[in-house]
Amino acid sequence: MMHELRIRVGPAAFRIGSAWRAPVAALERLYAAYPTPSYCDYTVRLEPARPWRKWLRPSVMISGDYMLPDAAPLPLAQGLLAAEMGMNLQMALGWRRHLLLHAGAAEKDGRALVMTGMSGSGKSTMAALLGESGWRFLSDEFALLGLQDGAVHPFPRLVSLKNGGIEALEQRVGHQRLGPRLRGTPKGDIRHLVPPRDAIQRMDEAALPRLILFPRFGEARAIRTVPPGELFMRLTQASTNYVALGEAGFAAFTRFCETVPARAIDYRRGEEGLELIDQLWAQFP
Amino acid sequence: MPRDPLYIRVPESELVWHPLDAVTLVYHRRSGQTHIVMEPVPQILSVMQDRAMDAPAIAARLAEDYDLPQIDAVHIIGARLEELAALGLAERVSPGQADGAEGGP
Repeated sequence: MMHELRIRVGPAAFRIGSAWRAPVAALERLYAAYPTPSYCDYTVRLEPARPWRKWLRPSVMISGDYMLPDAAPLPLAQGLLAAEMGMNLQMALGWRRHLLLHAGAAEKDGRALVMTGMSGSGKSTMAALLGESGWRFLSDEFALLGLQDGAVHPFPRLVSLKNGGIEALEQRVGHQRLGPRLRGTPKGDIRHLVPPRDAIQRMDEAALPRLILFPRFGEARAIRTVPPGELFMRLTQASTNYVALGEAGFAAFTRFCETVPARAIDYRRGEEGLELIDQLWAQFP
Repeated sequence: MPRDPLYIRVPESELVWHPLDAVTLVYHRRSGQTHIVMEPVPQILSVMQDRAMDAPAIAARLAEDYDLPQIDAVHIIGARLEELAALGLAERVSPGQADGAEGGP
């Protein structure tokens, strides 16, 4: 590849190759504080869909060790998003060292809070807000659950802020921690946020889970207990590699369900969500 | 009158059980599938042990420990056995195949 960047995020090391300079330059700026690995677990390639499409209405095809055959190309202006999608894809399809939960996570008092839910439930924004409010940000996308230790291992990639989440964080962080606003992507407007410095410096420090929440943004304030049987079902739905990990995944999730209390929370605004989280966190010492 | 079909459960060594409040999780090692089951499925699998049984025999065995509905018990258990066979957790066997099979009254 003409342009290349290597970065490590938590336990996973990526090589990102690109036919264009611009996406790699954007990644270099946003991932400047991350360690450079000597070997890589995955390669992500950003290539033109056809040779002439490198220059003519340039469009980016995402490929790599793991690929989706039907993925549509993105315009070059969204190259940063393409790189992030490529990295997520490698994790979702290839990672086997941890049980992978599609979830945001943050740490306080040495213990982890896990938040999982549908896309658009607000977990990314909430994880980012926690990272700016006295919590250590662990991840906005994947919580990596240790098969042996049962701990949540950080995966503090760039936070992918969407739509309303962008304004919520723009008010709190400086522009040097934000990427360009990508307009009209398949997921609406997106702006990437560099996690706080301590989240990156302590990316190898795992924390045992203390509470799992199923947040839902935009609904009237409510808290509901999620019983262990329902929790198990929801966890298997939120995991991309549960089936692949076999009995080790079963053991990890059953242990999680027996030891970690679960609540579904509804909230209308980010501040209300933070309030509910603080209230529940105090209930489970 | 035709006999009720006989079923044999997969060997205990293929299953990992984990009760979790109202449900029981069953991990099937051979298929790698996790099944979430509720009463009376764990009880049915538990009395079947390693021999072929039919629904009336299972109902009679369960009645020793539980209050079963008088009328529908055999029907309910028969339906669950069919589902267990579809999931690969039990297998329907012919009387000739089943050594020491336990048929109902």
